[in-house]
Amino acid sequence: MTKRNFLVLLAVLVIACALPFLVSNYRTFQLTLVLVYAIALLGLNILTGYSGQISLGHGAFYALGAYVTAILMDKAGVPYWATVPAAGAVCLVAGFLFGLPALRLEGLYLALATFALGVSMPQLLKYHHLEKWTGGVQGIVIAKPEAPAFFPWVGLPLNSDRWLYFFTLAVALLMFALAWNLLRGRVGRALVAIRDQHIAAEAMGVNGALYKSAAFGVSAMYTGVAGALGAIAVQFVAPDSFNIFLSIVLLVGIVVGGLASISGALYGALFIQFVPNIADEISKAAPWAIFGVFMIGFVYLMPTGVAGAIRLLLAKRRSP
Amino acid sequence: MEAFLHQVMAGLATGGIYASLALALVMIYQATHLVNFAQGELAMFSTYIAWSLINAGMPYWPAFLLTVGISFLLGVLIERIIIRPVENAPVLGVVTVFIALLVILNSVTGWIYTYTIKSFPSPFPKEMSLGKYMSPHELGAIGITLLVLAALYVFFRFTPLGLAMRAAAQNPVSSRLVGIRVGWMLALGWGLAAAVGAVAGMMVAPIVYLDPNMMGGILLYAFAAALVGGIDSPMGAVVGGFVVGVLENVLGAFVIGNELKLSVALVLIIGVLLVKPSGFFGKVHVSRV
Repeated sequence: MTKRNFLVLLAVLVIACALPFLVSNYRTFQLTLVLVYAIALLGLNILTGYSGQISLGHGAFYALGAYVTAILMDKAGVPYWATVPAAGAVCLVAGFLFGLPALRLEGLYLALATFALGVSMPQLLKYHHLEKWTGGVQGIVIAKPEAPAFFPWVGLPLNSDRWLYFFTLAVALLMFALAWNLLRGRVGRALVAIRDQHIAAEAMGVNGALYKSAAFGVSAMYTGVAGALGAIAVQFVAPDSFNIFLSIVLLVGIVVGGLASISGALYGALFIQFVPNIADEISKAAPWAIFGVFMIGFVYLMPTGVAGAIRLLLAKRRSP
Repeated sequence: MEAFLHQVMAGLATGGIYASLALALVMIYQATHLVNFAQGELAMFSTYIAWSLINAGMPYWPAFLLTVGISFLLGVLIERIIIRPVENAPVLGVVTVFIALLVILNSVTGWIYTYTIKSFPSPFPKEMSLGKYMSPHELGAIGITLLVLAALYVFFRFTPLGLAMRAAAQNPVSSRLVGIRVGWMLALGWGLAAAVGAVAGMMVAPIVYLDPNMMGGILLYAFAAALVGGIDSPMGAVVGGFVVGVLENVLGAFVIGNELKLSVALVLIIGVLLVKPSGFFGKVHVSRV
């Protein structure tokens, strides 16, 4: 990491820590969701951006993570922080298992299979034999975690919204650091090699099958962790909030943010959290129309997304 | 047995609709090797056009024909304006554009017509003495589907334009050399697919009612149908449509219950892709290293 990157990162962190003290509780909640989306987008980006496998059904893994957390908290009384790794682990396994057969599918076919997964997920969650755990159509309401008593005692003014924000921020930092380490080294190179030239990669000794399904697993784990954090923040899970449009929102996020880019996840998350808020004032249908137009616009004009555009601008400035 | 037969018949009726939509998917796949994720929403949008026309006082059949015509134009326009620039883009870009089309059509329809559910008329009589297992609308829908199929078959098999379109799909370079305007053939293919989809939409709307999200599930079954039959075989799409329709109804009624019907499509899609990716009638694809 260059000194310049380090300074930028530090500035972002300082802003991220200061923000919740400057804005209302509701905005803090929205910022928490931005972090949640950023983790999910990072997960999808590992799969689609780096390993080149298209998923239109990542909402299903988000839903799985959210439900694991909700069920553990509501039925088993597990504390909220302990459910996040559990959700990640469940999604890691689920993603790896889904990735095994998906290995045989390329491009469009994988998109089709994952699309089917995304469309049928709400129905699976409503299934009446699972109702005992999932709460059926009604879903599950979960209690809001309180800030630990320790903080007010020290004199930090932390209400539960801010506490949740910082908890999510900590998890997000951990996940981003993990991804950064994973992707800049041998594993990242192998994934990109498989994406660009899988035959050449295999010939160089990269185990394509293993890397591809592992990428699926890790990607699902990220999305599952995001789902768990999202469920804690929203305090509610229900089948219909995890329909195919959630998967599409995630796709919008990586296309806008930038494929195969870690920082892109953050830009994408900001986009999918705040643009609908603005567009909502025009019409209930407007956010989606705008999402659609942005998707087409980015594919035509800025295929590397916001992250790519920023990279380009910086490169231009540096070389006069 | 009575109940079983009834379910099979109902399955055949919805199967006909899946077959139409699957056929539209296959037509676009054959021409461009792309799977159109927006096919269902395109059909939904066409059905809303028909609804507007009928509500404006037009009799059913003229409205039907006019809708098919408008859908054809819409399909051609979408191909020329939106799909053409990404024709040679990586798969992800193309899929993104299709998904974008899907959400744009969905939201624009919601914007114009609101999300309230509307009823859509059926052109067929309410009561009929014949067929105690099938409603007249179901019978009529099957009839219309078969008619569309026959018309398409005749068009592709016996007309010069049909031949040119098949040639353009099979070997674009040679076709261009013998003077076929390949770009326009693709656009025509899109137009035809949109028109076939419009028929499917108008046939299914009296059963599922009209609302912007009505095609979500149906599109999934159409995908399953196209894959079961073989994604590059029109014949397969039709057979697949009927098979999926019957399977969905029978399994839904007797085995897994109505709640998990969509999972039938999911399992079928993944199962076919894993076990026999070329489907029953599709060509086995061999790629050279």
